[in-house]
Amino acid sequence: MPSASEAIAERLASGGAVRIAGAGTKANWGRPVDGLDPLPTAALDRVVAHEPGDFTAVLEAGVRLADAQAEFARAGQMLALDPPGDGATIGGVVAAADAGPLRHRYGTPRDVVIGVALALPDGTVARSGGRVIKNVAGYDLPKLACGSFGTLGVITEVCVRLHPRPQRTATAILRHDDPDRLQEIALDLSHRPLEAEALDVRWEGGQGALLARFAGAAAAERARAVASEVDADDEGLWAAQRDGQRGELVVRVSALPADLARVLRAAREHDASAVGRAGVGTIWLSLPAGAGAPDVLALRDRLAPRPCVVSDAPAAVRAAIDPWDVPEGPALELMRRVKARFDPHGTCNPGLFAGGI
Amino acid sequence: MAAAELAPLVARLRAAVGDAHVVTHRHQLRTYESDGLLQYAVTPGAVVLPGSADEVRAVVRACFEAGVPFVARGAGSGLSGGALPVAGGVVIALSRMRRILEVDLPNQRVVVEPGVTNLEVSRAVAPTHFYPPDPSSQVVCTIGGNVAENAGGAHCLKYGFTTTYVTGAEAVLSDGTAVSLGGAEADRPGYDLLGTLVGSEGTLAVVTRVTLRVVPVPESIRTLVAFFATPQAAGEAVSAIVSAGVVPGAIEMMDNLAIRAAEPVAHAGFPLDAGAALLVELDGSRAEVERRFADVERFCAAAGAGEVRVARHEAERARFWKARKAAFAAMGRIAHAYLVQDGVIPRTRLPEVLARIQSLAGEYGLRVANVFHAGDGNLHPLVCYDAPEDAARAAELSARILDACLEAGGSITGEHGVGHDKKAHMPKQFAEADLAAFQKLRCAFDPHGLANPGKVMPTPRLCGEVPGRYRPHPLEEAGLAERF
Repeated sequence: MPSASEAIAERLASGGAVRIAGAGTKANWGRPVDGLDPLPTAALDRVVAHEPGDFTAVLEAGVRLADAQAEFARAGQMLALDPPGDGATIGGVVAAADAGPLRHRYGTPRDVVIGVALALPDGTVARSGGRVIKNVAGYDLPKLACGSFGTLGVITEVCVRLHPRPQRTATAILRHDDPDRLQEIALDLSHRPLEAEALDVRWEGGQGALLARFAGAAAAERARAVASEVDADDEGLWAAQRDGQRGELVVRVSALPADLARVLRAAREHDASAVGRAGVGTIWLSLPAGAGAPDVLALRDRLAPRPCVVSDAPAAVRAAIDPWDVPEGPALELMRRVKARFDPHGTCNPGLFAGGI
Repeated sequence: MAAAELAPLVARLRAAVGDAHVVTHRHQLRTYESDGLLQYAVTPGAVVLPGSADEVRAVVRACFEAGVPFVARGAGSGLSGGALPVAGGVVIALSRMRRILEVDLPNQRVVVEPGVTNLEVSRAVAPTHFYPPDPSSQVVCTIGGNVAENAGGAHCLKYGFTTTYVTGAEAVLSDGTAVSLGGAEADRPGYDLLGTLVGSEGTLAVVTRVTLRVVPVPESIRTLVAFFATPQAAGEAVSAIVSAGVVPGAIEMMDNLAIRAAEPVAHAGFPLDAGAALLVELDGSRAEVERRFADVERFCAAAGAGEVRVARHEAERARFWKARKAAFAAMGRIAHAYLVQDGVIPRTRLPEVLARIQSLAGEYGLRVANVFHAGDGNLHPLVCYDAPEDAARAAELSARILDACLEAGGSITGEHGVGHDKKAHMPKQFAEADLAAFQKLRCAFDPHGLANPGKVMPTPRLCGEVPGRYRPHPLEEAGLAERF
């Protein structure tokens, strides 16, 4: 009997375009494409291995991230990915390269996924990377899978590296309603050797704040060294940061730390709220009810050349404008060539991705 | 290819970069016939030293039109034969492209040409910031080579690898097309082609400009060396430290043979009868480091450390590190020759793999010194031999150590790369379907196989029919029709 991964590869090889479906928490991302045959990953539901001593785990793609985290927590460990959406599967999180506030210190899926199995449209299951955290044998296809939105094949299994789960956290809060001042504070914090778990910004109704989260035995002490306002019971605060990445119409701006004031001023003018990684530069703008495609285009115009990707949006908006903001050019041509080699007949999530890939 | 056949190409190369920067004299070419792995040598047809990205484009385009393969080369310090020339091919040496183009400290970015050395990046942002990947060759090795190999170093467990710090690269594809992948920004949309370029060992493109992320220098650094009766006992200390949730900046182990080689060179005061030395360095916030350092001392004592020496000042810390970093070069004191291996294992398998290496060494009647990055299971066994006729046997032993790493669920290389040296081992780690997927990527970048051919993949493969430009699915076209 073929394994669940092999069964998916066989399905792909039999032809007919599919829409790969995990938990469906990001079904309204990307270009809308109708009429595809759904291909669920629900059967891929096993935690294949968890090696606490090695800080690694192997998960099938359909495993819910929250369930995996509960298992890792029992060993005092975590997978350092905290994207919004508790129902999300690990396959979906990896395919979308989704990440939350922990991104500040630990990165995105590309930084914690050390191995991947891809069911390919040619009917094979290709493995790359491995189960060790340091490994340069062969091409880094796990990087290619992260953020590929299922357009090259179906991610059926991932191997991840884990981190110690901090027992104590505390968050320093620095409030200000001047975007320039917030940027100054953010740059000051990210230039100090704080080793914060997260360094986020929040902007809502004309008021802003920077949140610096510390972990470990000295967490509260380190937070107090940064700000007089410290929240030692900070789970709710960070849940709100994660939730702020989702909404009716959300634009993710891939900016730089020194663009923060510019992005927040844009938020103010568009009556948008914002959350994001102040030390990284990636900010999510949540546009108010009634906003639409023209607002997205105005934001892109204003924030160019920083890419502005539409994540959550009604299908009409995603149909009216390219949600991806990847310009035509040699890089996009190369992406199309990669697509053509892995998925020559457009079987996997065709049309969903940048440049019509 | 005979020199005469190469003549028209050489003329084009001279026109592109100037006569002074094209090497064709036989004895001058020999400078480039090997990289850091001296047992392989191939004389290239020509060496060209472009001085700018435009010149690299012109050079690659000329090679493409002549159908001549090319190999990009940085400092030539690689240890897997990754920069080994192709006979009759062109070596593109990037050593003239050594400008730091931009230091953007507010955004913690440095933009460099590929010939800039690893250490120069840290120097450019000192004293407040540094560039974490630190291969032992960091004084000479170049960022271009680091990108090709996804270079690591002693601080990978906590800080990651080259790929963690490269946010953008401009590169020239094998047909001479310039492409910009990633950028200064961290999370750009589209496939992470930059992530596949890093570590591709020069087989996908030639990098002409790299954007790197730098980080603040830690507030506090504490370093100790603990000495144990056996590497196994030191391994227990490593397990205790890591399991307790401590993520050391570095955690490095040397066995007795390595200590005996390094001590006379480094004068670090390491006892010559110690079975193993474990160097542990914690860095980060002062409050956290102080608490955790006390834990580490306790874990070492509990694992049976005979002695724990804490570095009292920077000079002492530097001596500890000198002993560790001198270990490779110092092997010459105890053997006429040695082979450096680079295998990886899941860290918990350390005791059994070390025992296996010992038993293999006995079987072959050769000595093996062990120096390794203990936190991430990256082993560097040094297979020693004296008589030239033992070289083949040493190579066989070295290969069997790799087999032992694979049997333990590991990898054939953690940081040195596959290159020419290890390509024959690839089918032991990867199945045919896996290798075929690698080839799909390679063909997307370099369908004619001109960029560093004969490396990484175990057997030469052709790309076959180019499927042509990706055609939208009919459903997608229907969708697009509604869109505009």
